[in-house]
Amino acid sequence: MVKLNVNGEEREADAPPSRLLLDFLRYDLGLTGSKEGCGVGVCGACTVLVDGELHASCITLAVAVEGSEVTTVEGIADDDGRLHPVQQAFIDHGGFQCGICTPGQVIAAKALLDFNPQPTEDEIKRWMMGNLCRCTGYYGIINSVAAAARQSPLPPGEG
Amino acid sequence: MIDFEFHSPASLDDALEMLERYGDDARLMAGGTALVLQMKQRFAQPAHVIGLRHLAQTNGLGAVEETGGVFRIGSLCTLRRLEDHPLLRARIPLLADTVSRVATRRIRSMATIGGGLVNGDPNQDPPPALIALSASVELTSPSGVRICPVEELFIDYYETDVRPGEVLTAVNVPVPEEDARGAYLKFLPRTAEDYATVSVAAVVSRNPDNTCRDVRIALGAVGMTPVRAHAAEDLLRGQELTEDAVRAAAATVPDAVDPLDDFRGSADYKREMAGVFTRRAVMQALSTDLSPSGSSTIPSPSGRGLG
Repeated sequence: MVKLNVNGEEREADAPPSRLLLDFLRYDLGLTGSKEGCGVGVCGACTVLVDGELHASCITLAVAVEGSEVTTVEGIADDDGRLHPVQQAFIDHGGFQCGICTPGQVIAAKALLDFNPQPTEDEIKRWMMGNLCRCTGYYGIINSVAAAARQSPLPPGEG
Repeated sequence: MIDFEFHSPASLDDALEMLERYGDDARLMAGGTALVLQMKQRFAQPAHVIGLRHLAQTNGLGAVEETGGVFRIGSLCTLRRLEDHPLLRARIPLLADTVSRVATRRIRSMATIGGGLVNGDPNQDPPPALIALSASVELTSPSGVRICPVEELFIDYYETDVRPGEVLTAVNVPVPEEDARGAYLKFLPRTAEDYATVSVAAVVSRNPDNTCRDVRIALGAVGMTPVRAHAAEDLLRGQELTEDAVRAAAATVPDAVDPLDDFRGSADYKREMAGVFTRRAVMQALSTDLSPSGSSTIPSPSGRGLG
């Protein structure tokens, strides 16, 4: 039995220790937002947050993060269904084409804005480098992250 | 992946006891970025996996402290935490810069400084920098703590001097002399998050008359282990630090390395690039401040949060 806190809820399922976090989310919990791309931690499609830190769920054992809080793309909208500013910006600014990489892009961008609410374009590019888009829609992604950043509150004492 | 039994020790003593009980059938797992991949690919098939993640809060295993001019970095500290550590960035910018060059932010948020070292992969970024900075590791076993210089940790391809029953618990990095300067260069002809084709770390200090007081140069991705460029260092020590002197010293490096042919370049190409990048690394070090009083060429992160 593996027990995880996922998107604020205690979830459990009968799974062996070899179950990857990505497979646990998708097959045991039915949370199919996170995607498998490369399967070796390089492409970013499976990106989730574990205790607020970016993780490649395709090379994370579910059992190893028991006791931690896991956040997936399903868990970042408001309780009333209002999309996270990053999700809304991806829609408004054409941040995706085929969509397979999008859940990972959105989680990576959310983590960036949590860490640095007002990133420069270079900081966006450097941070998002680890999330590949095979449609090569990178400008749309960068524009979406920049647009979401314009909506984030300025840090105290600035602006 | 072949199935296994997973253990989550409550303390370092608990982990040491498990290591003793399961012996060669067990593998320790820190961030898991290397081990889980090796298990997926069946290069590693341990019967027992001892997960250390939750020990980061205990025994100082995830902490970073500076005492008496030495940074003690707990082995379970992630590369992301080191990259963002304001005091480390101020005091040893070479190390903060080097870890920020590893793979992607996502991998750095998982991978730990100790896990990378015990993996023994000669292509990784931190080992050359740690060797150039004269760092050492603490290897803890039931019989006590053994200190091993990082330079002596690597024995062969993916083989380290970590002995049965030992856990790498900390990395100790002395703060360089105030006038020492350092640089880490990573040759990346393919993509920015790739392993290096060759990499070079250099730390140089000079006398008031511009002669070299000391220099340490170490390379990654050019052999079975990280390689220290002793011949180049010997040519520079005591000499005036001119570009010609650096060029002559770097010219010895191709003979000191033994790279593998792979898709990042032929062995001959890497040998030649090892010399080129050594010259550039030393020249960059000479124009880079490493001291706390100097202005770092590495921009500090503008963000906050995630402590």
